[in-house]
Amino acid sequence: MSSNTPGQGGGRYVAPIEETPVVAVDAVDESQKAQSVWGDAWQAMRKRWLFWLCAALIAVIVVVALFPQWFTASLPTGGACKIGQSLDPASAGHPLGFDKQGCDVFSRILYGTRSSVTVGLLATLLATLIGGIIGALAGFYGGFLDSLVSRLGDIFFAIPTILGAIIVMQVMPWDRNAITLSIVLAVFGWPIIARIMRGAVLTAKNSDYVMASVALGLSRSKILLGHVIPNALAPVIVIATVSLGTYIVAEASLSFLGIGLPPSIPSWGGDISTAQGSIRQAPELIFFPATALAITVLAFLLLGDIVRDALDPKARARR
Amino acid sequence: MNATPLIELDDVRVAFTGGGLRRTKTEVLHGVSLDIRPGETHGLVGESGSGKTTIGRAILGLVPLESGSIRFRGERIDGLRGTRRRALATQVQVVFQDPYTSLNPSLTIGDTLAEPLRAQGMGLADARRRIRELLDAVALPSGAADRLPREFSGGQRQRVAIARALAIRPALIVCDEAVSALDLTTQRTVLELLLSIQKETGVSYLFISHDLSVVRHMSHRVSVIYRGDIVESGDAAVVTSAPSHPYSRKLLLSAPVVDPAAQAERRRQFESEFAGARR
Repeated sequence: MSSNTPGQGGGRYVAPIEETPVVAVDAVDESQKAQSVWGDAWQAMRKRWLFWLCAALIAVIVVVALFPQWFTASLPTGGACKIGQSLDPASAGHPLGFDKQGCDVFSRILYGTRSSVTVGLLATLLATLIGGIIGALAGFYGGFLDSLVSRLGDIFFAIPTILGAIIVMQVMPWDRNAITLSIVLAVFGWPIIARIMRGAVLTAKNSDYVMASVALGLSRSKILLGHVIPNALAPVIVIATVSLGTYIVAEASLSFLGIGLPPSIPSWGGDISTAQGSIRQAPELIFFPATALAITVLAFLLLGDIVRDALDPKARARR
Repeated sequence: MNATPLIELDDVRVAFTGGGLRRTKTEVLHGVSLDIRPGETHGLVGESGSGKTTIGRAILGLVPLESGSIRFRGERIDGLRGTRRRALATQVQVVFQDPYTSLNPSLTIGDTLAEPLRAQGMGLADARRRIRELLDAVALPSGAADRLPREFSGGQRQRVAIARALAIRPALIVCDEAVSALDLTTQRTVLELLLSIQKETGVSYLFISHDLSVVRHMSHRVSVIYRGDIVESGDAAVVTSAPSHPYSRKLLLSAPVVDPAAQAERRRQFESEFAGARR
């Protein structure tokens, strides 16, 4: 058999290889510092003043939630509330006056931050963990597990989070507190995260680099953890940041309806509900917790927006 | 035959099951046989949808066979699962067409190259040394290891993908349209790189392409695949310059040449041979 020797002649004209060595034609530009995915997102975020405003607001909110006693000497509940002070105007040490129960409004708002932030963070964390794990497994392994999880998700999807939470909180035999409330909200909130994680995992799973890893002989669990999840995480983080704000709203709504946190735990939703009763005598009382709620939710929603812009360069290019 | 084949496909059939209730099967390879010898490049040409990529994937064990067999050094490798399949990964590797999707965007080049080495149980220090060697072999600076894929051009990424395939010193690399996404100059340099690596390491290539001139440049032997059948197979010089099967001739005459006079001649020949069958 006559053998052909490769490398001799080509079908078309290209400059001789001696004149165009690979190092010269396609040199690596090493003048720039090496980048990283999250480092890049950080670079994009730090240039925007809105990011710093949100970050500052959230920092203040978190500090208040952790140490409300640093900002006020009065306690928001129990013996500190004297019915004799009911609807008393502002005085020294009590800058926002007293509510109908005779509790210090400023103190109640500061201590109420803790409920909102705890429920927001905990519910988001739980929903992201549950939804993320379930979505990733469903998307990656597919088959029966995927069908089961998708239909289960559909069922939960059909029930509005608030409605589901109202029913469960009504009949729940356990104590109502920030932890049980967060669990209930997460139980109804995980399908959104699961669906997004599943989609992102499906995209990553069918990419060539996963094929290459299969060909390299990596085990499935290593591929899932090393290649698929890191590339599917960005959209989930964005949704999680945005949903933090919505969980805070959900907590306030439930507490307003009287089935969220009990009156013994200060909560903005509960305060709005109390202030509603005295809206003719002291309309400003409804304004304070509502403003606190609006600012907190806005800060988290805007941060979610900024994170999305930073992690999704396509959205950035459109502005 | 002057050498025992490294890999041997015998009457390989592959079918894909469609979705829906009826689950109709579509056969994409109708009994393909070919063999690749050690240190040889076997070119595989054919149009889109002809099944050339499927052949590569079947060798890599990424698609199941309907019937037929694939032997590697005489041992059957089709249908292998788990650890034995993974052991084969040290012997057969792949370079994909699109260098923009074949590298994990969130891993640095160093991590991407370390993965196959670590999967074979190599220590950290040894792996690092090997990565430097590999980057050197594909003419990339060692500083590239700390960078992410998106900082590199298409040609550079393809060189990284080649380095990854080389990492564990395989006996065969499936190059699935490995240069088709690159511009001509880069294409040429990557092809030269593949040839020099073959000269040094004696690796075999299954070189899949739709580009006849690239296949001619690279291959010892060439098979032409058309709609799931190998219609012509033989010495590269013969198949790519004087093919006997009508489809191979059509493929040859469809490829444009630089010289206008030669191109006019080619067009005339095409028309006379395939009158009324214009593409």
